[in-house]
Amino acid sequence: MIRGVIVMNDRGKPRLVKFYEFQPAEKQQELIRSIYRVLCSRAENVSNFVKVDSLFGQDVRLVYKTFATLYFVFIFDSSENELAMLDLMQVFVEALDKVFSNVCELDVVFNFNKVHTILDEFILGGQVLETNSSEVVKTVEEISKMERAANSIKVVPSIPGWQGR
Amino acid sequence: MESLFQRSLDDLIKGLRLSPPGVEAAFIAKSVDEIRREIKSTDSQTKATALQKLTYLHSLHGVDMSWAAFPAVELSSSAVHSHKRLAFLSASLSFNPNTTDVILLLTHQLRKDFSSSNPHDVSLALCTLSSISTPDLSRDLTPDLFTLLNSSKNFVKKKAIAAILRVFEQYPEAVRVCFKRIVENLESSDMGVLSAAVGLFCELAVKEPRSYLPLAPEFYKILVDSRNNWVLIKVLKIFAKLAPLEPRLAKRIVEPICEHLRRTGAKSLEFECVNTIVTSLSEYEPAVKLAVMKIQEFLLDNDPNLKYLGLQALAIVAAKHSWAVLENKDVVIKSLDDVDVNIKLEALQLVMAMVSEDNVAEICKVLISYALKSDPEFCNEILGSILSTCSRNFYDVIVDFDWYVSLLGEMSRIPHCQKGEEIETQLIDIGMRVKDVRPELVHIARGLLIDPALLGNPFIRKVLSAAAWLSGEYVEFSRNPLELMESLLQPRTCLLPPPIRAVYIQSAFKVLTFCIYSFLSCGDDTSYHSELTDSVLKGDFQESSDTVTIAPISDTDIYDGLITRSSHQPPKCVSTGNGDDSMISHEQISSASLRKQQLTQKSIMDLVNLVETNLGPLAGSHEVEIQERASNVLGMIELIKPRIHSSTDESEGDKIKGEPESF
Repeated sequence: MIRGVIVMNDRGKPRLVKFYEFQPAEKQQELIRSIYRVLCSRAENVSNFVKVDSLFGQDVRLVYKTFATLYFVFIFDSSENELAMLDLMQVFVEALDKVFSNVCELDVVFNFNKVHTILDEFILGGQVLETNSSEVVKTVEEISKMERAANSIKVVPSIPGWQGR
Repeated sequence: MESLFQRSLDDLIKGLRLSPPGVEAAFIAKSVDEIRREIKSTDSQTKATALQKLTYLHSLHGVDMSWAAFPAVELSSSAVHSHKRLAFLSASLSFNPNTTDVILLLTHQLRKDFSSSNPHDVSLALCTLSSISTPDLSRDLTPDLFTLLNSSKNFVKKKAIAAILRVFEQYPEAVRVCFKRIVENLESSDMGVLSAAVGLFCELAVKEPRSYLPLAPEFYKILVDSRNNWVLIKVLKIFAKLAPLEPRLAKRIVEPICEHLRRTGAKSLEFECVNTIVTSLSEYEPAVKLAVMKIQEFLLDNDPNLKYLGLQALAIVAAKHSWAVLENKDVVIKSLDDVDVNIKLEALQLVMAMVSEDNVAEICKVLISYALKSDPEFCNEILGSILSTCSRNFYDVIVDFDWYVSLLGEMSRIPHCQKGEEIETQLIDIGMRVKDVRPELVHIARGLLIDPALLGNPFIRKVLSAAAWLSGEYVEFSRNPLELMESLLQPRTCLLPPPIRAVYIQSAFKVLTFCIYSFLSCGDDTSYHSELTDSVLKGDFQESSDTVTIAPISDTDIYDGLITRSSHQPPKCVSTGNGDDSMISHEQISSASLRKQQLTQKSIMDLVNLVETNLGPLAGSHEVEIQERASNVLGMIELIKPRIHSSTDESEGDKIKGEPESF
């Protein structure tokens, strides 16, 4: 299964943190720092996989990729295929790109909830749900439309006597 | 009204971005205070915004929000979807299944949402359940999940299958209840549902493969029919766990897997096929050959990811099929030089897997040359793996110990070497186990002890300690004990830490007693070439490796000899392999005669004086071990000095006695 998804910038500031097995807040911050240290030491043009046995347990590794100023990190164990995870990460970024039109770090910063929504359409409980970015984008748009519709009804307060007339 | 003045999440984020570094913590604390007040509001928008901000702070800044669990539960019942979404996100990110009490309060809400007509409500509930599930919650909601597994909406079905994994972990009974429905989903035509189902079985099979062996026919059908790579990858992983349990199964799946391997264009599927073959189907030669061919393609690819994965797969094959590694030897060795640390380490492991009796010297030579040009970390990785591979099974792979100990000496001199402790252990271990290599060891030790520059190097200290100990313990193999003593006592030894200095002093003691004994036993009467000493000298210098050596003279023997010289017993002589006791090699004669030349009365007195001068001050040392050992040596010198003097008097006396006779 996938153990976690982390998006952090090149200074190590987390922008999205999701662990699929409960970790207390302090532990999460510690793990993020450790992962950042590992990523910093990686050269350019090297492989995208890193073994993280010492942080997460046996046979757990992470795959990372840099997009603009962000590191995208997927942490997974031996029930996931390494290259498939790389593909999934690509697809996730694609979806972000489509939803935010040429996504950049600021989009991720100011759309905390929406980014979670998008991620939750790809992965649930550490299991992969969807591998097609267009499908996810469609679903997310559906949700946004639904929320907007609900809001517009709410904005007009009901005037008690109105209907009665 | 309250919402008008409430800061939104965007405001909070902007505020954080604008705060200077030192002030951020204070800003967060202030915001949390505000949130505490806002979250109690009865207005649901205010509450929602407060919860949203708090979730953000918790998730990205580690702020504790366990006190806000109840508001999250409250908000989850909102009719407004976006509020529900906020509440459930908050719950999944912050509820601790072990400690958050209010989790059970969500049961009713989750149940309601499971039966909602809005698939997104169901989605939210399933997502949350998989994050916060407890045994109680799982037990209570299993019936609802059971219903969802049959949902008419595939969108919902696949999420239910994904979520149920967690429920199975928390409440194993659920497996029995839901099993049949999940198995039915293996025949689904919807890729999402099928993917989720095989994904679930993959997780379950990894933990308990035997329980899922009966499903092999279903998985086989998918293996043969499916064209979806994700699904195939999961099925392959399942078979990798099942095949070892049932040989007939393995036989059936080999061909379909090879077919996929030949036909697919997807690297991920290729890799998974290769992995499955080398892990679980390694008895099937044709399959392994095909896999190794594909591995080779990976290795030669420019993409570092493929190279890395290729090396990993090769490492798995190496265990049973070393030919595969040897075929790709060149690529592997070249990879030791790669920019990517991962690749270097994998290559190193593979090289170590290739090591055998015949090639260990050659491989070590290549590795040392790489170590010399590498950064300190990788250099030590290389040295570490050489040390551990060569010492495995009591040095199983080493035939020529002379070569190995000189390699150890060479390794300790490598600038970045931090393996001093291991080298020390191995040198002494080998010295004690392999008698034939002791002369070589003493020779290597001499090289290390003589060099004053090494004394200042902190990493090599442990090796020096071993060198000193070996020189003392096996001093009879030393070609120049006087030089050895000088090295052990040289002034720069004060740079050594006390424990190691103590070893040096003890070795000096052994060298001294050996020299004095040799002098006293053969220096008294130069014409009387006692058989005893001859055999002592000869026996100690066996250098051919196929002879059995005599037990070396231990300290106690020498000491006994000093006290009661007349009752000295000859060392036990074991006949040599070539059965020629009287044969003394040229080198033995020259060492022996060199020894005799060195051990004149003057040289012994010089030696004793040297020791006294250097160790005298140490008798008053604050370090107990140093003081003790130095005192031992000095004490012995006091005892033996008269004996050394008197031996000269004796020989002079003899001469005088003899003269009148010849007259």
